[in-house]
Amino acid sequence: MLPIIERVARVRREGTDIWTLEIEPAAGFDFLAGQFNMLYALGVGEAAISISGDPADRGRLIHTIRAVGRVSEALTRLKTGDPIGVRGPYGLGWPVEEAAGADVVIIAGGLGLAPLRPAIYRFFAERPRFGRLVLLVGMRQPDDILFQQELERWRRRLDIDLAVTVDHAGGDWRGNVGVVTTLIPRAAFDPAHTIALICGPEVMMRFSIAGLAALGMPATTIYVSMERNMKCAIGLCGHCQFGPTFICRDGPVFTYERLRPIFGTREL
Amino acid sequence: MIDGMDKVVREHRFFAGLSEDVIQLVAGCTRNVRFDAGKYLFREDDPADEFFLIRHGRVALEMAAPGRTAVTFQTVPEGDVVGLSWLIPPYRWAYDARALDLVRAIGIDAKCLRQKCDSDHDFGYAMMMRFVPVLVKRLQATRLQVLDVYGTAR
Repeated sequence: MLPIIERVARVRREGTDIWTLEIEPAAGFDFLAGQFNMLYALGVGEAAISISGDPADRGRLIHTIRAVGRVSEALTRLKTGDPIGVRGPYGLGWPVEEAAGADVVIIAGGLGLAPLRPAIYRFFAERPRFGRLVLLVGMRQPDDILFQQELERWRRRLDIDLAVTVDHAGGDWRGNVGVVTTLIPRAAFDPAHTIALICGPEVMMRFSIAGLAALGMPATTIYVSMERNMKCAIGLCGHCQFGPTFICRDGPVFTYERLRPIFGTREL
Repeated sequence: MIDGMDKVVREHRFFAGLSEDVIQLVAGCTRNVRFDAGKYLFREDDPADEFFLIRHGRVALEMAAPGRTAVTFQTVPEGDVVGLSWLIPPYRWAYDARALDLVRAIGIDAKCLRQKCDSDHDFGYAMMMRFVPVLVKRLQATRLQVLDVYGTAR
């Protein structure tokens, strides 16, 4: 339960209020795509932050953080060489192994691309094991496109169907405009043999699930990553309780089948 | 009808699955059109006399307020329909539609199609069953867009 104190190796600004922190853990760091760490801004507090780097790169631990609260703002103010506490990894990851042999559809909304990126690295690393690979990305506006250079690099590959759309744009934007769900009917995959990974705001995930279900995808093959305030990260404190589940221990990745009875419930 | 328009209509994904009778009626109201990149298919408040099924290229739907640059609120890709205001009075466009690339499309004479819908209700029903889902999907997408779900408000 005690954080290991590491040093920030690199800081990169990704957008107006989004920053990526790189840590080079002395002892290396193993994690599964989709897991998170509790990051400790010394003297301020802890926050649950998804790991956004490559699981195969044990020497670099990467988190992408939006400054939205006291702790996350403190984390995004850290500079190279500053100390940072790391506790983790926690939670269940994306179903990368389960997706072997199937088509894979990844739907990312906004910062939701960050927790999905480790899974994307894994799919690329073992590309022949999977069927068609589809990545649909929705962002608020062109200036907010996360990991833009990486998306451009991926789009040049011939083994991925990648589309990016923004909700709003000026006349100088030549890409797609419209919500991410509008990309779903145009993606080429076999709904009966597909695993879907979705991460983004819950409303966006609800609409995406509806779009996939309309194509015939069963709830058992749709996975979502949930977000709630977390404290202990090991299923003891109850801060992240979501109906009968604890997001930190039972998730953050769930099948939609499991969450369906409570997904979208306002009181939760 | 221009020779071959029935084939063009039949092969467009928007009309996939329609009966041959319906295809022939639609084709009688159509022509092939093209717009170079940057050209407008129609402008806001113009009469909604002709709408378009995109065969190639993409179209940006835009709105502009005085003193502000135009905002693109949707792009319409190949295979989709541009323009729905021809369905309901006062039959005027509610936004601008601008070709982002070279656009090739099927132009459909809206008055011609409305008249056929009025005189043949089976045909009219078949048309409504094609266009109402587009309206509903765009309304749902607009709801999500209005929620501005990504990130913090600025």
